[in-house]
Amino acid sequence: MEYEIKPAGRFSLNLSELWEYRELIFFFTWRDIKVKYKQTFFGAAWAVIQPLLLMVVFTVFFARNFTIESGNIPYPVFVFSGLLLWNVFANGLSNAGNSMVANANIIKKIYFPRLIIPISSILSAMVDFLISIIVYFCVLFFYGLQSTIPSILLMLPLSLLITLCTTLGAGSFLAALNVKYRDFRYVIPFLIQVLMFMTPIIYPVSTPDMEWVRTLLLLNPMTGAIDLIRSAVMQVPVNQTAVAMASVSSLLWLIIGISYFRRTEYYFADLA
Amino acid sequence: MKPIIEISGISKRFRISHELQPYLNIRDRVSQIFSGKKATSTEEFWALKDITFSVEAGESIGIIGKNGAGKSTLLKILSKITPPSSGKIISRGRIASLLEVGTGFHPELTGRENIFLNGSILGMRKNEIQGKFDEIVDFSGVEKFLDTPLKHYSSGMQLRLAFAVAAFLEPEILIIDEVLAVGDAEFQKKCMGKMDEVSKSGRTILFVSHNMGAVSNLCSKAVLLRDGKIAMIDNSSKVVEQYLHDSVQMSGKRRKTISALDKSFTLQLPYWVNNAGEEIPSYSFGSDYKLRFDFEFHRELTFLNIGIAVMNKDGSRIFTSHSVDDKSFQSFSTYNGKMTFDAHLNIPDLAPGYYQVLFGVADEHTHDYVNASSEVEVILDIAETHKIKDGANGILWHTGQWKKVG
Repeated sequence: MEYEIKPAGRFSLNLSELWEYRELIFFFTWRDIKVKYKQTFFGAAWAVIQPLLLMVVFTVFFARNFTIESGNIPYPVFVFSGLLLWNVFANGLSNAGNSMVANANIIKKIYFPRLIIPISSILSAMVDFLISIIVYFCVLFFYGLQSTIPSILLMLPLSLLITLCTTLGAGSFLAALNVKYRDFRYVIPFLIQVLMFMTPIIYPVSTPDMEWVRTLLLLNPMTGAIDLIRSAVMQVPVNQTAVAMASVSSLLWLIIGISYFRRTEYYFADLA
Repeated sequence: MKPIIEISGISKRFRISHELQPYLNIRDRVSQIFSGKKATSTEEFWALKDITFSVEAGESIGIIGKNGAGKSTLLKILSKITPPSSGKIISRGRIASLLEVGTGFHPELTGRENIFLNGSILGMRKNEIQGKFDEIVDFSGVEKFLDTPLKHYSSGMQLRLAFAVAAFLEPEILIIDEVLAVGDAEFQKKCMGKMDEVSKSGRTILFVSHNMGAVSNLCSKAVLLRDGKIAMIDNSSKVVEQYLHDSVQMSGKRRKTISALDKSFTLQLPYWVNNAGEEIPSYSFGSDYKLRFDFEFHRELTFLNIGIAVMNKDGSRIFTSHSVDDKSFQSFSTYNGKMTFDAHLNIPDLAPGYYQVLFGVADEHTHDYVNASSEVEVILDIAETHKIKDGANGILWHTGQWKKVG
């Protein structure tokens, strides 16, 4: 095995190297999951409690006080279908955005493809997703909507793929920025909050009455991802424009995020 | 056969920015915007400049130099942690680097979990770790606490566990930074034994250390770095000699101040004085000098034990001396304010040459106040004052008496 160490050169994705280090991705993910629920009383039950509680809060405070069009399904199911993927995005983004700084001591002492860190921090957020999807199906049973589960499972791969591409793209972008400008530590939670209201989670895409706002919503990849799941629950045709736009913009996020990360990763050890 | 590592023309530049004023308030900041003056200036600093050498397969190379000479930067470039600014390195083997033991250890995880995590970070495969698991646990000696979270381990136990994982790495090239400067004497011995085993098994080792004994024992060749440049490459005992010589020249110019770990006192790096109390750079053979310790106590202490150990350049301990062992030394009831102590060592006929003097300051439970093992050092330079005939080799310069009896 022969290789060269040279000054930081041109950008290359080097997926084969990432594959070589797949076990480390597994170990980092496993560590994050283990550590997350150590010394907590409820442990992994938190993954069940959180989305349920949010669902109740939104139902009580929004649906009761404002008339929100949730189509042919009860509002709790409507909001949960949005939260399901939103939580993957929000937790993944905040994990990934802080991941490089949190692992600075490792980055400064040993080499491995740096992308492993945001990737595994997002994967560890997926465990919560797996738990909450079970909770989601229970909610569907409760409202007698279990017949929609097969079509949800059909839509899930694409919507999850859009979500993960967006999360990894935006997450690695923020992670790289956070190494250089620690301001982003404070920006990330705020950003997630703002984005939550810019994503149709508690309201449907059709709510904003201005045309340009609806277009803006469609540019948000999470809109299309959530719309896919909702159309399956509501048994209505998929909004193809939304899904197409989501696919394209999530891919764009992925390319921009990873290439920025790759271009700056050489200096992480000097800056961290 | 081609060398396993070829380092050619490696340089590393850092940009340091200085704030022109230590504190800026918003008014200053705003006025700067209008006046167009910048609050910071940048300066370039070359941590490494044009480093070129190659390493043959199976060689053990020591890298030595003062703090700030660029040793760690060189290791970081070799381990791909940071890129060089120019130059290139060709490596023909799998590199594993140990710039720290226990990288990635997580206090919330158990010993068992940390073995897997740390092993994987160091580049071991999962089944490789599983295969060596029992040996690792055995080497570390913490089998009773395997399922206890690491945060409940003593620092010594954490260290042993960390080194045990590292000891079972099997790369073609191993890069080690000063990891042996820690732990108790017995454990250090165990580690050195393991390192020796690794180098004998034909693997290539690059080793940075302040422990000259370890370098000359373990490494056949050594590289001396000075201000980011290579000052010397030769067999290790020659380079160690040159390094110690440099250190003597340096001492006196810069007097380091050492703080106790709990901040209870500061101590100047001990230095040699003659009978008139004047500082001298070297100790000429046969004369009578003392090692001086200038303390400044920031809180009152009731017990203090100052100890020194004199080692030759092979790392053998020639002798040790502790202030508590000297019955005539009045054990003071309190130590406070500024106090100066002289150690009159009555050094016997030590042969001319360079010796490393390690020192420690301990409390009544023999806990060290200072961690002086690696960062600071005192050199004992016994200069040759008169030539005697060849054959005066060895630790002591002892001629003995010869008499014709028959």
